[in-house]
Amino acid sequence: MASPVRLSDLPKDVPAVVDHVDDAQASDPIAQRLRDLGFVDGEPVRVIALGPLGADPLLVQIGSTRFALRRTEALRVSVRQLVA
Amino acid sequence: MSASSLRVALVGNPNCGKTALFNLLTGGRQKVANYAGVTVERKEGRFTAPSGRLLQLLDLPGTYSLEANSPDEKITRDVCTGAHPGEPAPDLIVCVADATNLRLHLRFVLEVKRLGRPVVLALNMMDTARRRGIVIDVDEMQRRLGVPVVETVAVKRGGAEALIARVDGEIPVAAPVESDDAASRAGLHAQVRELLAATVKMPRATASLDDAIDRWALHPVFGLALLAALMFLIFQAVFSWATPLMDGIQTGITALGGWLTQALPARSALHSLLNDGIFAGLGAVLVFLPQILILFLFILVLEESGYLPRAAFLLDRMMFKAGLTGRAFIPLLSSFACAIPGIMATRSITDPRDRLTTILVAPLMTCSARLPVYTLLIAAFIPRQTVAGLFNLQGIVLFTLYVAGIVSALVVASVIKRFRRDKSEHALLMELPAYRLPHVRDVALGLWQRTVIFMRRVGGIILSLTVLLWFLSSFPGAPAGATEPAINFSLAGRLGHALHYIFAPIGFNWQICIALVPGLAAREVAVSALGTVYAMSGSDSVLSSQLGVVIAHQWSLATALSLLAWYVFAPQCMSTLAVIRRETNSWRYVAISAGYMFALAYMASLLTYQIARLLT
Repeated sequence: MASPVRLSDLPKDVPAVVDHVDDAQASDPIAQRLRDLGFVDGEPVRVIALGPLGADPLLVQIGSTRFALRRTEALRVSVRQLVA
Repeated sequence: MSASSLRVALVGNPNCGKTALFNLLTGGRQKVANYAGVTVERKEGRFTAPSGRLLQLLDLPGTYSLEANSPDEKITRDVCTGAHPGEPAPDLIVCVADATNLRLHLRFVLEVKRLGRPVVLALNMMDTARRRGIVIDVDEMQRRLGVPVVETVAVKRGGAEALIARVDGEIPVAAPVESDDAASRAGLHAQVRELLAATVKMPRATASLDDAIDRWALHPVFGLALLAALMFLIFQAVFSWATPLMDGIQTGITALGGWLTQALPARSALHSLLNDGIFAGLGAVLVFLPQILILFLFILVLEESGYLPRAAFLLDRMMFKAGLTGRAFIPLLSSFACAIPGIMATRSITDPRDRLTTILVAPLMTCSARLPVYTLLIAAFIPRQTVAGLFNLQGIVLFTLYVAGIVSALVVASVIKRFRRDKSEHALLMELPAYRLPHVRDVALGLWQRTVIFMRRVGGIILSLTVLLWFLSSFPGAPAGATEPAINFSLAGRLGHALHYIFAPIGFNWQICIALVPGLAAREVAVSALGTVYAMSGSDSVLSSQLGVVIAHQWSLATALSLLAWYVFAPQCMSTLAVIRRETNSWRYVAISAGYMFALAYMASLLTYQIARLLT
């Protein structure tokens, strides 16, 4: 298992698991919402599509749900790449 | 507890099928209002359970978490906890969860359970779950959760029987209240994982068909091409499919008007009121019903299918640069039908700042009320030609007008973005739900509601304005021996001539100036008003079905184009301004939006008229 990378740097279609979510500032509501949506330690994630302009937003599959996240939001999430 | 009535609140994540379940349970017995002081919709319905007990059902806004981020999430939290003033805490909370997406939805169920109130869990979309091979051990889930669990299929008749039976029975015992801190919140996910491992077997995370569709629908090139093609198809369809229906309505109204008034003396005031006022006015508007319905048909089907959030995904970057959000796509698309539902749909934008920007630009989207004006002018002035062997020139002009509205909305939004003080980050965080085949019944119901709304407007505000305008343009009558048309002497004629000083530089004649006034009340009235004005100024009675022919003879192309440009920006109708006032709680934003649109409309028409005059 590799060291954590940002979800925004994770290449498309590479399986990974969430490591943690960083608060961008003290009591960051966006980070809290990400955790509520299931971005918690050990949860498998995968980037499945990228927006047409500047590869933004990212479409992230977590569990059986797909969320569109902007790059700045995905920057808060650290993931561990799973080596296939 | 054997009280004669029971208050039940429906809660759940967005996209769990909660509202479909609410509709199934309560049918037409619904009351939609606002929560006091805020602009969040409050939907209440009632039904009588088999035991004879009256159940009052409250449909709460969907939310992912009780940690509220937006006004509607706050309502859900406050009503559930009993903290909302004027809303007693519900006797029972029904938590609705999508059975195909339990990892996300069960966390919320656990969160609600910790409130310490009686809870029933409804596993919705069980049909889809079974089809995808998802096996849920309901008894084990019930045992582990400690709350009753029932299966429902909200889109099927009788799909809620188990839920009704459970709600009608004994109220379940509430779980103990638990504190809500960061550590215990983090623990919820672990509990969900454990619960899922013990009770749910899932062959794969998502439907393989969805994955396949999304590979194409979200592709950077094909996805955008598909979206553009869809939009283009809609506007071509609005023009070509509706023609036979419109011809039918036109013939029908002309015949009806002639038949009804033939018995009346030809020169009487009643004859004039019926023929020139009511039939000329209403006919001009009714004719556009088929086009409006086709537009709504497309919007409803796209909405039901789950495609709209995909479109929001594709467009988010572009809209974000302009100071909007991808989420604004849905309210803005609704604004193509009418700005009022569009502005009301901005309630789904979590962020107050994004929401305000969307409200301010929503009226720039070409609402269907402008369509009568556009189609009248296009049919009269743009030749019916085929361009490049494939496209209808009239359709292309209409498409261009729609694009002009969209582009100006993006420009206005970026101007707002430049000038606002708060520049902090606001999240997208949008779920892309599974694709769903639109339900014929739901789409038909939606179309029927639109028809009723449109007909009510025709019957109410538009009819009364048309009649008022007829009076204004009939009285006072012409003095004996006058050679000019009688309308020149009337109140409306004088008003039109007075306004003409302001609008002459942009090429509007006094007849248009008269029509602009009632057009403020509702844009499509401008067409019926023109019908009335021309019917009153001609010696023969002109039914508005022939209005196009009349103006094609009397107006220059530059005037027609200038009026088209005017209606791209046209100052909003009164009902839009009223809804902006209600949704923002501020007269300031009403003044801002009315003012900027008037300025834009005048400038656009001035440029169009002066340039077109040079070229023609």
